[in-house]
Amino acid sequence: MFDSLSKRLEGAFKTLKGQGRISEINVAETVKEIRRALLDADVNYKIAKTFTDKVKEEALGQNVLTSVSPGQLFTKIVNDELTQLLGGETEGLKLSGNPSVILIAGLQGSGKTTFSGKLANHFKSKGQKPLLAACDVYRPAAINQLQVLGEQIGVDVYAEIENKNPVEIAKKAIAEAKRLGNPIVIVDTAGRLSIDQAMMDEIAAVKTAIQPNEILLVVDAMTGQDAVTTAENFNNVLDITGVVLSKLDGDTRGGAALSIKSVVQRPIKFVSHGEKMEALDVFHPDRMASRILGMGDIVSLVEKAQDNFDEVEAARLRKKMAKNKFDLDDFLNQLQQIKKMGNIKDLMGMIPGVGNKIKDLDVDNESFKGIEAIIQSMTMQERTNPELLNGNRKSRVAKGSGSSVQDVNKLLKQFQDMRKMMKAMNKMNMGKMMGGNK
Amino acid sequence: MGIFDFLKKKKDHESKAIQEKQSSPEANLESGLEKTKESIFGKLGKAIIGKTNVDSSFLDELEEILITSDVGVETTIKIIDRFEARVKRDKYLKADELNTFLKEEITAILDENKSPHFIDFSLAGAAKPYVILVVGVNGVGKTTTIGKLAYNFAQHGKKVVLGAADTFRAAAVDQLEIWSQRTGAIFISKGMNTDPAAVAYEATVAGVDQEADVIIIDTAGRLHNKVNLMNELGKIKRVIQKKIPEAPQEVVLVLDASTGQNAFEQAKQFTAATEVNTLALTKLDGTAKGGVVIGISDQFKIPVKYIGVGERKEDLQLFDAAQYVSTLFNA
Repeated sequence: MFDSLSKRLEGAFKTLKGQGRISEINVAETVKEIRRALLDADVNYKIAKTFTDKVKEEALGQNVLTSVSPGQLFTKIVNDELTQLLGGETEGLKLSGNPSVILIAGLQGSGKTTFSGKLANHFKSKGQKPLLAACDVYRPAAINQLQVLGEQIGVDVYAEIENKNPVEIAKKAIAEAKRLGNPIVIVDTAGRLSIDQAMMDEIAAVKTAIQPNEILLVVDAMTGQDAVTTAENFNNVLDITGVVLSKLDGDTRGGAALSIKSVVQRPIKFVSHGEKMEALDVFHPDRMASRILGMGDIVSLVEKAQDNFDEVEAARLRKKMAKNKFDLDDFLNQLQQIKKMGNIKDLMGMIPGVGNKIKDLDVDNESFKGIEAIIQSMTMQERTNPELLNGNRKSRVAKGSGSSVQDVNKLLKQFQDMRKMMKAMNKMNMGKMMGGNK
Repeated sequence: MGIFDFLKKKKDHESKAIQEKQSSPEANLESGLEKTKESIFGKLGKAIIGKTNVDSSFLDELEEILITSDVGVETTIKIIDRFEARVKRDKYLKADELNTFLKEEITAILDENKSPHFIDFSLAGAAKPYVILVVGVNGVGKTTTIGKLAYNFAQHGKKVVLGAADTFRAAAVDQLEIWSQRTGAIFISKGMNTDPAAVAYEATVAGVDQEADVIIIDTAGRLHNKVNLMNELGKIKRVIQKKIPEAPQEVVLVLDASTGQNAFEQAKQFTAATEVNTLALTKLDGTAKGGVVIGISDQFKIPVKYIGVGERKEDLQLFDAAQYVSTLFNA
């Protein structure tokens, strides 16, 4: 019951493994497992049913034609269907106004304000200067929350503490953006239930007043069967242009994504995870599908690395590695670079085949702290030349970093092993290694 | 052809009569009522008419209703098993009785874990101060629930201390402070980005010194898979116990009714970190049913105690299993 969707599907495929062909009998069992897996992942009941019926049909149809292993075939069919269900191609934001206006809507606690901050940060990192408009006039301190986030990321926030009229605030914010020359306005609104008529009327009025280019519905990735109802109701009132999936961290299964996409037929434009302002990704249906299937998301990982890795620094490191002059200071730098990329566990989850294995593992960025402290307690000389570290120096480093001499020794041992490994790798033909996989 | 014609005519005539009946005012009221009753029990009733036992289409219907209320596959199977066993044991006569069986079985699952020493807002027989630690993932409504708890206790003439140990989320301290002003509770804070355990300790000390009846500690929302944050909860609990060894009497896990099966994982991880002994189900005024609490309550043996049904300070109720089960089936 606690297994993630991909794990369950892997289990389902196992029942097919070793069997020569897909037959009515083994399909029934697998399809049942897939359906259950989807339900456990909060995919809507009806959608799960339609989905599995379709998969079954496809699988039985192909049975006669092919001699591929049933597991592989099923994986492919399920993956294809999932990708299709999640919505073919990636869709970005369509921004054309002056200023372009993005309206953010959603239930209470779905993560609208945090997402608004992240989106503003996203634009800012691309060199555009957005303006945030604080239109949640109901929840205590909501405006305050947006202001704090704005300050954190260095983006202006338009707010009127005394004004209780979100339509007015939104309009004035846009006028302000025109005056200041902000190309984009992000309008954060109060959380509301989709059956609260008065509140839905209000957001409809906001929409009419500001004519947004994009209307994004923020949905908590942990949402259950109700995701469909909520999305439908919001879409009926606002005619949304896209969906944002929030809190897609760690073990969140994200079945809601499948349901929403297939019911409202609107693209999922972003996925958001964690509370760091950088933790926002463009949604890729194909990657999400393979992630659900446990096939890993290596493309996202590579892109993340490209975004955050300093090219020059990387080239310098490669040279050092080649000469086997990689030292503790470089190691420290690397740790810090990795940390910039986001949560280690999330990153590892993107590597094919690793996803399920680290589920219960305690790795996160904090686990680097001890190592960093030890290295930072060394002098530059010691870092470049760890052999200098004698008993005296080691106990000084241990004291300085709040660890023990054993910890220092352990780190040094690991570092030596790493160096040995690099030496060995340098001797190998790298090209052969990379090409040998296919 | 005669006999078929006759049957057809009669049918036409009947349907006409029904149409006429529906347009009269009384009929409108009746059909309105019927519509509310055309819930699961209505559907289930239809499914069993003229049948001597519960058949698969009836069970399919039941399965769909339970699953779409987020009850989850495992618990749905359990409920159906219990229901079938009951039907076998106690022969039923009418659909009504089947409905009653079903309601009773689900209510029983929810009530099994209710503590015999149930402490409501009057705090009769409770330790003083009674310490409540509130935990949960981001955005489930912890702070709002605390505000409403404070209001309810205050309405019963209790002296309440609120500890702002969510020092992480932007403006969380301000949000709680506004609630303390609304409810007249004593507010303890050390500001943003301070040590939450220190805030919890200070709130506990203040509660003891000022002879408060209740101390409620707010914590930052944390996703249950973040190990360090979960460990922090353990620390908060330990510092409270430094001052009051038997506290916190209540560790409330707040669950959002719209959350699906991930709530199981939340319950598992939070229970491991802080020994949750109470559940609060929020946002039940929406379209979500929060059926996942049935399974959680059953599997983790933790009772649901509070439900949130709106954003106003009055919108918190003590959980009533029978009533909840009724609404579950009245879609």
